[in-house]
Amino acid sequence: MSDLLLDISGLSAISLREGGNPILRDVSLSLKKGEVRGLVGESGAGKSTIAKALLGILPRTVKVTSGTMRFEGRDLLTMAPRDLSAIMGSDIALIPQDPQTALNPGRRIEAQLTDGLRLRRGMNARDAHARALQLLSEVHIRDPERVLKAYPHELSGGMRQRVMIAAAFSLEPKLVVADEPTTALDVTVQKQILRLIRGMQEAHGTAVIFVTHDLGVVAKICDSVTLLYGGKVIEAGPTADVLADPRHVYTKALIAAGPRYDRPDAGLEPVPQWVFDQLHQEIRTGAKEILHG
Amino acid sequence: MTAYSFFHRVLMAAITLFGVAVIVFVLLRVVPGDPIAMMISPGASEADIAALRAQYGLDQSLPVQFWIWLTSVLSGDFGTSISLRRDVLELLAERLPATLELAAAALVFAVVLGIVIAVTATLLSRTKLSPLVDTLNGLFLAVPDFVWALALVLIFGVLLPVFPLSGRINPDSQEGFATQFYLLESLLTLRFRDLADISLHMIMPVLALGLPLASIITKVLKEALAEAMVQDYILLARLKGMSRLRLVLQEALRNAIGPTIALTGVQFTFLIGGTVIVERIFAYPGIGNMAIDAVINRDLPLIQGLVLVFGALFILVNLATDALVVAFNPRMEA
Repeated sequence: MSDLLLDISGLSAISLREGGNPILRDVSLSLKKGEVRGLVGESGAGKSTIAKALLGILPRTVKVTSGTMRFEGRDLLTMAPRDLSAIMGSDIALIPQDPQTALNPGRRIEAQLTDGLRLRRGMNARDAHARALQLLSEVHIRDPERVLKAYPHELSGGMRQRVMIAAAFSLEPKLVVADEPTTALDVTVQKQILRLIRGMQEAHGTAVIFVTHDLGVVAKICDSVTLLYGGKVIEAGPTADVLADPRHVYTKALIAAGPRYDRPDAGLEPVPQWVFDQLHQEIRTGAKEILHG
Repeated sequence: MTAYSFFHRVLMAAITLFGVAVIVFVLLRVVPGDPIAMMISPGASEADIAALRAQYGLDQSLPVQFWIWLTSVLSGDFGTSISLRRDVLELLAERLPATLELAAAALVFAVVLGIVIAVTATLLSRTKLSPLVDTLNGLFLAVPDFVWALALVLIFGVLLPVFPLSGRINPDSQEGFATQFYLLESLLTLRFRDLADISLHMIMPVLALGLPLASIITKVLKEALAEAMVQDYILLARLKGMSRLRLVLQEALRNAIGPTIALTGVQFTFLIGGTVIVERIFAYPGIGNMAIDAVINRDLPLIQGLVLVFGALFILVNLATDALVVAFNPRMEA
C-alpha cells in the first residue's frame, strides 16, 4: 500500500526502572497519509510511550524489546541518529500537552516560531518572519504582528496552543503527534483548538496521531481509534464503527462512563471492577485485540 | 523603572545609609579604645590631651558630635584622619579605585568561570564526569577567601614564586598614572607593560576573592540549568534540530540566569567585605587594607568614612542586581 505512512508492528517495551515491567505489549497500528487516529487509554496505558517512541524521545528507563516502527517504509527504531534527527521536527512534529511549558518564557514568539524555519529550511530572518505571519493567520490569530513580538506570558493559554499548532505545522510535516493538546485548556477553548487541529490537518493533508483519554474528543476529530489498556491494544478500527458497535466490554464500559448530554441527570457510570479483572486476565493470557473493518 | 519606584529606591538608599551612619557612630564610641591615647606621646600633660580632644571635637556630647559630623559629611567634609593626619575624603578617593578594580576583576573572573563550568557540566550531565564536577565544586564551596589567599601565598609566593607577593604595581611605574584606576587607565592608554604588571599583582587576590564566588555561581546556575533542561520547550527546540550547546546557551541559560544574578548580587557584597582581609594579606593598597589600619588606630573619622563607602557600595550593588534581574526577565518589565 503506497499511501501507508506509519506502520507500527509488534512493538513491545519494558520499563527498566520497575524491574522490567512491560509497558507496551505487542502493539500494532498503522496510519495512512492524511489520517487522524486517536490513541486512547487511561494513565499508564502506554499511549504516551508510543508517542515518545515516534518522536525518538523515549526516556532512558524505557527499552524497546521487539517490534518495528516503519515511517514511509524506514524503521525509526533502527535508524541512524543522524537520519532520525533529520526526520524529527521536520517530517514528524509534536503538539505538546501544556502550552505553558512548551514555550520558552525568555524568548519572543517570533524567535521560537521561526527556529525550525531557519534551522531546518535555512530561511533568512525576513522570509521566516513572513512565513510566521502567514502561519499565525492560518491558526486564526487576529493580530499576528503583535503576537510575534510578544513573550509567552503575554498570551492566553489558547493563544499559546495556537502558536504551538502553527509551529508544529510550520515545516509541513507528514505526521503530527498531538499529545493531549487540549487537556491543559479551558473547556470553551478546547473545542476551538480541536476544530483548528482538524482544519489544519485537512488543509495540509497531514496525518495526526491524537493522544487522549477522552473518547468524546475521539468522536469529534478522529477517523480511526486505537484503544489501549496496560500497554496492550484492546480494540481498534474506524471511529464510527468502534463507537457504534463496541465489541470489548472495556470499550462498552468506557463509552457508558462518559457524560450523556441528552440525559444530564443520569450521572456517571464508573467502569465496573469485573471489567478490569477481565482485562488483567486477558493481558496475562495474551488474548488477541479486536479489530474492526 | 517608573519615576515613582526610582524615587522610592533612592529614598530607601538614603535611609539605609543614615542608619549605617548612626550605628557606626554609636558603636565606635561605645566600644573601648581612645583615639587620643593613640596619638599622644608619653608624658603629655593633661592640658595637652584636653586641647587635642577639643581639636577633634571629642569633648562634645555624643549627639552634638554626631550632628557636627553629619552636617559636615553632607557638605562634603568627611573630617581629618586622626592617624594619617590627612583629609578622609582624599584618602578614600586615593584608595577606593584600587578596591573597585580588584572587586570588579574578581567578579568578572567568578562570573566567567562559574558560567563556563556550569554550562560545561550541563553539557556533560549524562556522563561520568558530572559527579566529579559536583564533588570538586563542593570542595571549592567549602574554602573561604582568606584560606585561598594564604594557600596562594604559600604556593605562588613561596614554593613557586611566579607572582608578586604584595602591592598593586611595581613602584617605579606608579608615577606615570593620571588617575588611581591603574588597570583601567593602562588598558585605555594601551600601556601593555604596565597592564601586565598590574594584572600579575592582581592574580592572587582575584583568585582568592573570585574562587568562592565562582563555585557558588556554578552550583546555583548548574541547578537552574538542570531544571530548565527538562522543560518541554527544550524538547521542542531539540526536535527542531538545535544542537545541545545551543539548547543550553540559547534556550536554558536565559531562564536559568535570573536566580543566578540575584544570588550573585548578594554574594558580591560578601566579596566586597572579603576585600578587607584579602587586601591585608597581599598588602594591596585598597580601602579594605586601610580599614584594618583605621580600626587598629581607632581612627574614628576614617572608620566612619570607610563604613559609609562600604554601605554605599552595598546599596549600589543591590540596585544594579535588581535592575539586571528585571532586564533578564521579560515577565518583570514594569
